[in-house]
Formats: sequence, structure tokens, C-alpha cells
Amino acid sequence: MNAPLRPKLKVLSNELIDKIIGEAVELLETTGVMIEGKKILEFLQELGVRTDPSRGRAYIERETVHKCLKSAPSTIKLYDREGALTATLEGDNVYFNPGSAALYILDHPSREMRKPVTADLVRLTRLTNSLKHINLQSTALISTDIPQAMSDWYRLYIGFLYCSKPMVTGIFAEESLPLMKDMLVMLRGDETRLAEKPLAIFDACPSPPLKWSALTCQSVIECARWGIPSEIISMPMAGATSPVTLAAALVQHTAENLSGVVISQLVKPGAPVIYGGSPSVLDMRKGTTPMGAIETMLLNCAYCQIGKRLGLPVHAYMGLSDAKILDSQAGLEGGMSVLLAALAGVNVVSGPGMLEFESCQSLEKLVIDDEICGMAYRLLEGVSQRDEPLATELLKDVKPDTNFLSSPHTLRWFREELYFPSIIERRTHGEWLKQGSKSLADKAAEKVEELLQKEVSPPLASDLQKGLRELALSESRTHGLDKLPLSE
Amino acid sequence: MKEMNREEDIFEKMKESLLKGDKDEAIRLAKLSLDIGINPLDSIDHGLTPGIQQVGKLWEEGEYFLPQLVIAAECMKAALKVLEPALSEKGEKRQEIGRVVIGTAEGDIHDIGKTLVATMLSANGFEIIDMGADVPIIQMVNRAIEEKADLICISALLTTTMLGQKRLIELLQEKGIRQKFKVMVGGAPVSLQWAKDIQADSYGENVIEAVSEAKRLVGA
Repeated sequence: MNAPLRPKLKVLSNELIDKIIGEAVELLETTGVMIEGKKILEFLQELGVRTDPSRGRAYIERETVHKCLKSAPSTIKLYDREGALTATLEGDNVYFNPGSAALYILDHPSREMRKPVTADLVRLTRLTNSLKHINLQSTALISTDIPQAMSDWYRLYIGFLYCSKPMVTGIFAEESLPLMKDMLVMLRGDETRLAEKPLAIFDACPSPPLKWSALTCQSVIECARWGIPSEIISMPMAGATSPVTLAAALVQHTAENLSGVVISQLVKPGAPVIYGGSPSVLDMRKGTTPMGAIETMLLNCAYCQIGKRLGLPVHAYMGLSDAKILDSQAGLEGGMSVLLAALAGVNVVSGPGMLEFESCQSLEKLVIDDEICGMAYRLLEGVSQRDEPLATELLKDVKPDTNFLSSPHTLRWFREELYFPSIIERRTHGEWLKQGSKSLADKAAEKVEELLQKEVSPPLASDLQKGLRELALSESRTHGLDKLPLSE
Repeated sequence: MKEMNREEDIFEKMKESLLKGDKDEAIRLAKLSLDIGINPLDSIDHGLTPGIQQVGKLWEEGEYFLPQLVIAAECMKAALKVLEPALSEKGEKRQEIGRVVIGTAEGDIHDIGKTLVATMLSANGFEIIDMGADVPIIQMVNRAIEEKADLICISALLTTTMLGQKRLIELLQEKGIRQKFKVMVGGAPVSLQWAKDIQADSYGENVIEAVSEAKRLVGA
């Protein structure tokens, strides 16, 4: 039997990849990266990095890069809240999670973007928990009914109350990092177990071009110490914060990401680190950063190929659209991008549900994207050889009236061969009319409510619920909030 | 060639240098205009200003792209730098339509959009005090007081730093000086709704709109 071929997309030749990496490594050595904050620069110097405090720069030697690439793990496993293995980030495995940190939510009935509150975050979290092809959760919405200073860790708290999937998250303020770690430690039992079974990934975004803020640098350093995976999100904006040519933007992306890998590995060799990013092109008319642009997708596929050649798990923001409502653009950009991510073998794909340049989440789009992710998974399975011979036996007795609907062979294989979408329109026109002539967006909205009617399973163990709530409440008191929203 | 024609010719060429984004040419023409005794104010009013307005119009029509807009504004700046000393020698001054303190909110080191707006405001006759990126709110407010600014423009590219815009307005309110300044907000994640929510005076959806809104706010 022939093994199925996994469809794959490559957009760079190995020669070009090596040239990109070569220039990036040279840049790190000669131009270096800018590091904000004297303390961090001193810390890096202690770790053996050549620094120039007067210019705020760190210069990373070629040998250091190579050493760090060797110590960085090529596999990172993620475990859910209950400790079950959910994702093995390696090779061409693909896992999806909702695009994170949206400032707005698209209100389906009014078609308006509005500011989210805790109830929205809970709905999104519960929905994520129930969607089959969205394997990981993310801190996807910023609640506005709590003090802003607690908005980063608050998302993590709500996330684990209502969803058991591993988390993609990040910090807005340095003070939040220890608290968020404490929450993760509480859920796992102790620090060792948390390091053994990672529960959350922390995003860290360098500031293009070639700069690290103190906050993101600190995040990478602390996560490495605790064995929490860091995801380096370099985000060159081609034509604005990086050169406009895609190849040059990729060199910058590679240099920024490699500097993140080096920081993490110098703190602790073997610390889990993911080669990620959020590059985009600049729209030269509107000055916006389209995530649904085909060149943005091309950049994503390209740097993931580079990350794979470096032997690291990879991440990208794909599956997003810049549409303002759930229209054709939302579907086509989401669809193209999810498919490309799957074909490029992106290990962590952040983006489903997201509209409007990474700023607006939509529960309805998340449901539609879940459907698209299901299709992408089917595509990756490829064409399998189920029989030997393939068809000779099945076709040898055909007559003019032969149909295969009633054949045992069909019954045996149809579930494995076919993907069954739930809201994609495939009814006859008459039936569609009879059942209300609904658009995909309207059907998605119904699906959202249907899924939210169901209980969250499994619920978080009651002692952990209690512990988490107490921790959140005591922390929120320091922000002047005596009662958390929705606390019963 | 009659002197009048010569002037017209130079103004036309100044306009062209902006349309083409040719900085060297813009500087050369500015020097030439002084050499042959053209009043610098006339060069600004009849050459550079119509040029930058034409570029803005072409951008709005979708004919020109952002790099052309930025480079044209830089050409204008370079030409103004040549003309301005001559202006002050004559005891004249380019008519200033408003003073603007502009910067990017604290925590945000991205300032491409802000710089673009600053450049275009300057090209359109505003006096600009550009405080750069990652500016603490208190510093921006103090500077606005010092400079007796008409307008404070604060930009944010990150969703997290947008809150700085809100804090700026709150700080002005706390100090009881909110009415002294017009506040404009901008940046990729900023929307009209956000501007309304935080009670900013205005918001520019794009750089050209930012300029026309700024003009409206100062009554120019």
C-alpha cells in the first residue's frame, strides 16, 4: 500500500533560505540588536553577549547563534488544563487557535464593532472549548469592564475557567508575568510539573526594526527560566518598519527572531522557544497593515520554511481577514490563509475569528473558520490507498444501473474519505428557500448559540476553580475592584 | 524671457519637483529662486504649496501611493529650509496657521504614521513640535503648555498603547486645561468610535483627513 502524500507548499529555494539566514546572522554580529533598558543589556553581557551600552546594542556572534540553535528544542508538547497531551509542535503538524488580543468584537445582530466585556470573553472561551478544529485557545479579547491594568492576566483567568485547551497568551505589563505564572503553576500543581507539561505559550514581540523593548525581553527571559514556551513574534511591516522587498523583510525577521532564540537559550539552554511572527506588508494607499494580503501570507509561509530549516517549531498569524463584516472578503481571506498555513505546515496558527487587521474578533467567523480548518485538515490527509488493487475489483462487475451508494465498500469508507461540514451550504435551492434563505453568517450565528447552550466539558475541578477565583480576586482588589464581573 | 514668465516657470518646476519626489531639484530651485530675487513667500504660496496639495489630491484619487506622498513632503521641507532664512532676513514669516505638539503614546516605539502626519501638517503651514515616539503623557502635556500649542496630536499603533490617548485627555481634564487645547488622535487601531469614547476633538482616518481636520480645528 502506498502511503498518502501530504500536500506541501514551499515558497523558497534552500539556496535562498541559506542566503537569508546568512545575512541575518551577519547582521546580528555587525549591526546587532537594540535593547531597551540598561539592566537587560547588563544581564546579556553577563551571559557572554558583546554589548555597547552607550548605543544600547547587543552584538551576537555567529557561534552563539549556532550554539543556541543547537540547544533549542525542535519539539514542544502542549498539555491541556487536565494534563492530557493536546499538541506536539514539530514537523508539519498544524494546530489552530483564535487570533489574540482583539480590542473589539463584531456584534452580529447590529453588524457593529463594539468593545468587549467579560461576558463576551466567556462566550468566546466556551465556544473555543467546543470547536473541534480549534485545538488551542488564546487570550483573544480584551475585556473593558475591568481596570485596564489587569486586562492581560484577567484573560488567562477567564480562559482556564471556561476552556481546557492549552493557551496562547502574552503580557501587557511586566508585573503580570509572575501572577500569570502563579495561575499556571496552580493549575499544574507545581513549577516542575508546569515545565514538564507546558500549558501556555507566551508571545514576545520584538519592535521592528531590530529592537527589543524591556517588557518583551523580560518576558523571554522569565519564560526561559520557568520552562514556559516563548513565541517570538517578529513583525516587520514591509515598506514601513522593514525594507519593502519581501526577501529583505525576511532577513530582518530572521535576525529579530534569532536574537529572541539566543536570549532564551542563553538564559537556559533547551528552553522551549517557537519561531513565530506577524509580518505584513504596508498598504501603500491606505497605510494599513493588511493581514489578508496575499504578500502577507507569502511572508508567513516563507519565514515558517526558514524556521523549519533552522529546526524550530513555527508559528504564524494566518486565517485572518481585514473585512469589517462577515462578507465574501472575510471568507476568501480566511479560507486562503488557513489553507496556505496548513500546506506550509505551520505548527501554531493564530488567527481564526479575527477581522480588521488583528483588532476585531467575531464568534461567527470563528465558527466559519473552524469549518475551513476542518477542510484544511482533510486536504492534508491527501489521497490514501485503501485497497489493493485500487478499483479493479470494485469496477469489474459494473452494469449501466450500478450505483455505489448501497455498496458495502461505500459504507466502509465514506466517513474516512469525506469531510462533513456543518454550516457550509449544500442543500438544494428549494430547501434553502424553505428554511429561511439564510446566509452563511446567519447560520454561523445560530451555530454559535447552539454550541453555547451546551455545558462546558470538562468543567474545571472545583478546588482549582476556587483557588483561581481567589487569586484573581485578591489581585483585582489591588486594582480597586472588590468584585469580579460575573462572579456568582 | 520676461521676469514674470521666469517666476511662473520656476513655480511650475517647484511643483513638478514635488510631484516627482526629486529632493535635489527642489533644493536647487529654492536656491535659484532666491538668486534671481523671487520673494520666498511667493515661492511657497505659488510653487511648493500648490505642489503638495496636488500630491495630496493625487493620493486621495488613488493615483499616488504613500511613499510618493512622504517623499513629496520631505522635498517641501528641504526647500522650505532653504527659503526660510531668507524670509527671516526680510523680517517676514511664513503664515503659521497653528502650533502642534505631536507624538506617539508611551510604550509605542512605532511612529511612521505620526511622522507622516507631522510632515504633512508642516507642509500645510503648521508649526510642528515633534516629540518622537514613546512619549510619556505628562511630558506631552507639559510641552503643550510651554509651547502654547493649539493642538495636541497623539498617535498609537498598538492596541495596548491606545490607552495613553485616553490618559492624555484625562490628564488635561484633571489639570483643568482641557479647553485650552484641541486634541486629535490617530493610528492604525484608532477609530472614530474610540475618538468619541475618549472625548477627543477629532480623529483622522488618514493623513490627508488628519490635515483637513487639524485645519478645521484651528479655524484655518
